[in-house]
Amino acid sequence: MTDKAEGTLLYLDGVNKTFDGFRAINNLSLVLAPGEMRAIIGPNGAGKTTMMDIITGKTKPDTGDVLFEGSTDLTRLDEAKIANLGIGRKFQKPTVFESHTVEDNIALALKARRGPWATLFHRTGKAEQDRIDELLTTTRLIDKRRFLAARLSHGQKQWLEIGMLLAQEPRLLLVDEPAAGMTDAETAETAILLKEIARTQSVVVVEHDMTFVRDLGVKVTVLHEGSVLAEGTLDAVSSNPKVVEVYLGR
Amino acid sequence: MITGFLLNGFDTRARVVFALLIAIAILVPAANLLLPPDHPLHVPTYMVTLMGKYFAYAMLALSVDLVWGYCGILSLGHGAFFALGGYAMGMYLMRQIGTRGVYADPILPDFMVFLNWKELPWFWYGFDQFWFAALMIVLVPGTLAFVFGWFAFRSRVTGVYLSIITQALTYALLLAFFRNDMGFGGNNGLTDFKDILGYNIQADGTRATLFALTVLAVAIAFALASAVTRSKLGKVLVGVRDAESRTRFLGYRVENYKLFVWTLSAVMAGIAGALYVPQIGIINPSEFDPANSIEAVIWVAVGGRGTLVGAIVGAITVNFGKTWFTGALPELWLFALGGLFIFVTLFLPKGIVGTVQAWWAGKRASAPAATLKPEPAE
Ligand SMILES: Nc1ncnc2c1ncn2[C@@H]1O[C@H](COP(=O)(O)OP(=O)(O)OP(=O)(O)O)[C@@H](O)[C@H]1O
Ligand SMILES: [Mg+2]
Repeated sequence: MTDKAEGTLLYLDGVNKTFDGFRAINNLSLVLAPGEMRAIIGPNGAGKTTMMDIITGKTKPDTGDVLFEGSTDLTRLDEAKIANLGIGRKFQKPTVFESHTVEDNIALALKARRGPWATLFHRTGKAEQDRIDELLTTTRLIDKRRFLAARLSHGQKQWLEIGMLLAQEPRLLLVDEPAAGMTDAETAETAILLKEIARTQSVVVVEHDMTFVRDLGVKVTVLHEGSVLAEGTLDAVSSNPKVVEVYLGR
Repeated sequence: MITGFLLNGFDTRARVVFALLIAIAILVPAANLLLPPDHPLHVPTYMVTLMGKYFAYAMLALSVDLVWGYCGILSLGHGAFFALGGYAMGMYLMRQIGTRGVYADPILPDFMVFLNWKELPWFWYGFDQFWFAALMIVLVPGTLAFVFGWFAFRSRVTGVYLSIITQALTYALLLAFFRNDMGFGGNNGLTDFKDILGYNIQADGTRATLFALTVLAVAIAFALASAVTRSKLGKVLVGVRDAESRTRFLGYRVENYKLFVWTLSAVMAGIAGALYVPQIGIINPSEFDPANSIEAVIWVAVGGRGTLVGAIVGAITVNFGKTWFTGALPELWLFALGGLFIFVTLFLPKGIVGTVQAWWAGKRASAPAATLKPEPAE
């Protein structure tokens, strides 16, 4: 489609989305290189979550290009197809399967065939069990494996959802406000975990917590009223007068 | 693969329920046929038939629980699949009457002669063969459910809207089957059956056999439903029930899962209807009444949604209650049913079986001697 998209992992160009006359996304362009981790900040209602909705197929944009790996047009695919292409997503409000055990939550997310017949006759093998254990260890939920997910604290649910995201083995992770509702210590640990993940996968993180964004130490994109206001290091964007005005002028 | 799948679904509780059902399937007919009428344990034939009817309802309830309890699809139209299975069986039974009808036409059922029809409509062909009727009992409800589900789930109709269109479905069928020119006996439906597979349908032996087959069918449906709900597919279904979008973003095509369980459930309901009709001796359009479908949902709610056993328990207890009530205080039954539903919703949200389970789990967890690790997942 566009030559500029070549060699990119995620390519958004001129994307617009209007809800009942309200412009939630306004001529948004954003490019993510393979292996990159990007932090997205912006005031409430800036369109951060809507952007993720568009990438993952939940919301169809009115106009604009949304390409994965330079050529796959994501606007034509549904959520399940996009997920199976290798784009995983953590919701802003932690969303896990509350009436399943922690372990089953991970098991359902594990990369495997997704059709009804495949799951109907599925048996959990040794390799899968090992992978589940590994992910439970990574997310520090190993001793809660038989708990119903409903019993986890808010922060633990966030971690479980990150664990589910990892279980999918996606190439691109979209993480919406992973530190919301966490203690400072948990927030710091989450930053470490995400940096660890970013060594092998591409990650887009939306977060309001500036300490957390600083911990990540990656390129920052500032969204405002549905488009990119500034892009660069955290120090650079936070001294940008336009950004200062958006954050302080409110 | 299949046996492994079925065995996987059999935990201790499922085994006990299955064994209990098999015991009922054997003991009740035995007590009816083998014990003399004055024996204290003798079960009279009318009782066998009544219980057979309850077990057919129990199978309908199981099918409702499968979609509602495990996938969150509140169907208020499952009676339609039940009635369609019933009609397919009724058509077979009609064609067995032959020349014994009032008009003694060897081919045409009485109501067609009465309407002055000269030949059998094409959709009645084949129903003189049991195997064909058996196929239709599965195919007609299954196909209707598949087509309905294909459109409804693909266009992502959910919640109350879906419930309403399932009501509309059964109501539309009710109106259609009322019409004489539909060719299903109109208002009167199909009745005056004589025999089934060559056996007199009124005979004690036939009735006892029909009862045994019905309970056996409930046992098999229960085993199948246990296996389905305990499989990974079953866990995906519960995921759809609790967090549909989460399931989608994990890469599961939700509409296919819904379609699978919906169609399976409709087939189950159809078989239940087919077992019901020869025991009741009639099938008419009132079986499509939307109120019937709602009643089936109430049985499941009373017994305990999402427990399978609860569906069976609920269907049987509520219908025993109904039989007693309609005998003693007929005009109050609907109020009693409504009251029961409100009571259960407010005070027993998990239903009978769900409440007992929670109580049992709580008792075990608080047991002092910690031989077992306390079960965190209640
Ligand atoms: N489905 C929808 N229908 C109507 N309006 C919507 C819809 N989704 C989002 N919006 C609106 O679009 C705007 C952008 O919302 P979005 O959730 O993307 O913001 P955000 O940057 O994620 O904010 P926050 O930091 O509060 O999460 C908001 O004003 C919101 O009300
Ligand atoms: Mg948001």
